[in-house]
Amino acid sequence: MEGLLNPRLMRNLLPAFSLTILLILIFYIQPRTMSYLGLNLLLNLALPIAFATLAQMCVMTVNDLDLGIGSFVGFVACVGATFLRDTPAIGILILLGCVGVYAGLGALIHQRNLPSIVVTLGMSFVWLGLALLVLPTPGGKAPDWARAIMTWKTPMVPFTIYASIFVALAVHFLLMRSAYGVVLRGAGGNPRSVERAGWSLLRIKMAMYALAGFFGILSGIALIGLTTSADANIALRYTLLSIAGAILGGGEFVGGRISPIGAVIGATTLTLAGSFLSFLRISPDWQIGAQGGILIIVLALRVLINRMEAK
Amino acid sequence: MPDHNNTIIKLDGVRKSFGAVHALSGVDLEIRIGEALGIVGHNGAGKSTLMHILAGSLQADTGSISIHDAAPVEGYGIAEAQAAGIRTVFQELSLCPNLTVAENTRIMNPEIKGFNWRSRASRQILDKLDEIFPGHGISANAYVGDLPIAKRQMVEISRAFTSISTPLNLVILDEPTSSLDAIVSEQLLTYVRKFTEAGGSCILISHLLNEILTTTNRIIVMQDGKVVDERATSRFDRDSLVEAMGSVAEHEENGDHAGKVRTREAEPILSVQPNETAGDMVMEIYPGEIVGLAGLSGHGQTETLVDIFLDKRKAGGKSRLPMALVAGDRQVDGIFPLWSIGKNISIASHGEFVRFGLIDHDQEKQLADSWKDKIGIQTPDLENNILSLSGGNQQKALFARALGSTAEMILMDDPMRGVDIGTKQEVYGLLRQEAAQGRTFIWYTTEMNELEHCDHIYVFREGNIVANLTRNELTEQKVLHASFEGG
Repeated sequence: MEGLLNPRLMRNLLPAFSLTILLILIFYIQPRTMSYLGLNLLLNLALPIAFATLAQMCVMTVNDLDLGIGSFVGFVACVGATFLRDTPAIGILILLGCVGVYAGLGALIHQRNLPSIVVTLGMSFVWLGLALLVLPTPGGKAPDWARAIMTWKTPMVPFTIYASIFVALAVHFLLMRSAYGVVLRGAGGNPRSVERAGWSLLRIKMAMYALAGFFGILSGIALIGLTTSADANIALRYTLLSIAGAILGGGEFVGGRISPIGAVIGATTLTLAGSFLSFLRISPDWQIGAQGGILIIVLALRVLINRMEAK
Repeated sequence: MPDHNNTIIKLDGVRKSFGAVHALSGVDLEIRIGEALGIVGHNGAGKSTLMHILAGSLQADTGSISIHDAAPVEGYGIAEAQAAGIRTVFQELSLCPNLTVAENTRIMNPEIKGFNWRSRASRQILDKLDEIFPGHGISANAYVGDLPIAKRQMVEISRAFTSISTPLNLVILDEPTSSLDAIVSEQLLTYVRKFTEAGGSCILISHLLNEILTTTNRIIVMQDGKVVDERATSRFDRDSLVEAMGSVAEHEENGDHAGKVRTREAEPILSVQPNETAGDMVMEIYPGEIVGLAGLSGHGQTETLVDIFLDKRKAGGKSRLPMALVAGDRQVDGIFPLWSIGKNISIASHGEFVRFGLIDHDQEKQLADSWKDKIGIQTPDLENNILSLSGGNQQKALFARALGSTAEMILMDDPMRGVDIGTKQEVYGLLRQEAAQGRTFIWYTTEMNELEHCDHIYVFREGNIVANLTRNELTEQKVLHASFEGG
């Protein structure tokens, strides 16, 4: 069980390993991507997806699933491209209210013992409807500061890479290293035990949902910083991407087993998988299916490692 | 003797019911400083409920709880128990498997926080592990989910004894040695003696009577949610303790049906050996018998029933008998909560009234109606949802489902859990009637007096059959002796 063959270590390294393999393949097929501009184009959209994945991971920590994150990110993008630019005070107020709504969802799900997928699926239509009210047709304009941050020319490697590393480490510290993070993860592992030790499960759920709302907002703003304008349907596919990213990164649907660093890597891997398939000249018609294929391969590897562990 | 200045916690007339079941019916209990209190009793005596009330994770329906002779605490809950320095190791393991040993320690101790909390938590738990279980070989960074069950239990026990700022007054251990081997158990009991000598208090619940007799100062015996005996440990011995646990049922034992015993003739329709590897006793079932499975809960009775149902582990006899199973945990294994009462009854018999691949609703209704009358389900309309019935009547519907089918053998997995006494009597009568007509019953029950309805009783311990009694050999003493350690 020691050394490199330790299954737990292997499982933790699997996301990074998958990303490395994918990067090597991309660099091999298209060496011109190995430049500042190339990396920037490749990883451009990774940051919003990474934030959405972290949001999803927060909800997964307490054994729930957020099926509304995609529409929520879309709503935030619409607010960002309208209110946040024109009347920043109201824009900020709306976004703060969103965090409150997310905390309220956590409270509702806990108090009424509702299945999270039902509540969040319902909310996805609410977010979409609100987004259409705010911005009936695609358009709007991102605030200049969002645009400035997202197009910031950082030295050596693009901004996305610095930001991803920073966010991954920050969330890792918060959830995996801090004393309260332990309680939050414990609530996913054995809620009864955490409750019997005197912690409030209600507060834990509200905290995790509020955190999910916060990352959802970061995702939406990062997204319009890149696209400059918004559309209610802009991020619908983020719901499934975020689930796939969190799982790809070593998280599990139940049991409080999560990995923030893995989730960011997982999101990046998914973003790169799309580019990789384009470089292989696979027609867009087949890309979604091929992306699923990559997902299946990585998850199958994880099952293999788990089997090794069970022995 | 009771000096009121050294009481840690005092319970007065505490009652707790779950639906129709009275888990605790008026318990007075006082726990003093520096004492080790043993609690014994058969399954369902109310021990675990009492522990949950002391730990604050369940609230008493009536009665008062006071701490250190102060006024009764209103709404005694988890926070109050913690403030009073009460820690509990519950029977079911309650660590977070996704966290490390040190992280689990932090969950229990909110005081461990801030910079470098991880190494302080590690030191806390490792010191305690070293103190209680020398040579434990557990790392503070090991994930609890990766540890074998014995080590998890060692971590959980040690964690309960860690304390930072609130003094530790009372530690409740509910079956702490159930997955520990003899040496480690002895380490724990030694520590408990040391802990109480130093002025701490401990409650020890165990089915291993020797542990109770060698470790505690005082023993209370519980039965049917009440304390039925209380003595200093020195005034108990093994036999008197077993006797105390069974005292009530003994008085009631001269039942009306105890006399006649069916003579076993011809061939058994089924013989089962629960544990094939261990040259174990074989359970034989003859047609028309009611066979009882006894012993403490979780000692292989349910598994044996399921195996019989799935046709596994059969030593001989005819194969593939039509069988039906009456589940004990009706919410999980029994009812279809969205269906009507009638549909819940007829589901096991659908094969009989299918015509041209479709269900004949008239026949289906007929079957349900006839059983409604036979078993006395109290409802105005069988079309009502099953959940409109009381627990006892839901169970009746499950009996109707099994009895209404063509099954010749009916397996019952402690079906009377949470059923009121009136319903029980009706069902007992029905079972005897059905057995007289040639049906065979295998009945796992945790209630001693239900065994008196059985023709033959097999007592289980640790997955093996350890005693084989006919109805007139049956005494509660014998069942208890066989259920508890070898004696």
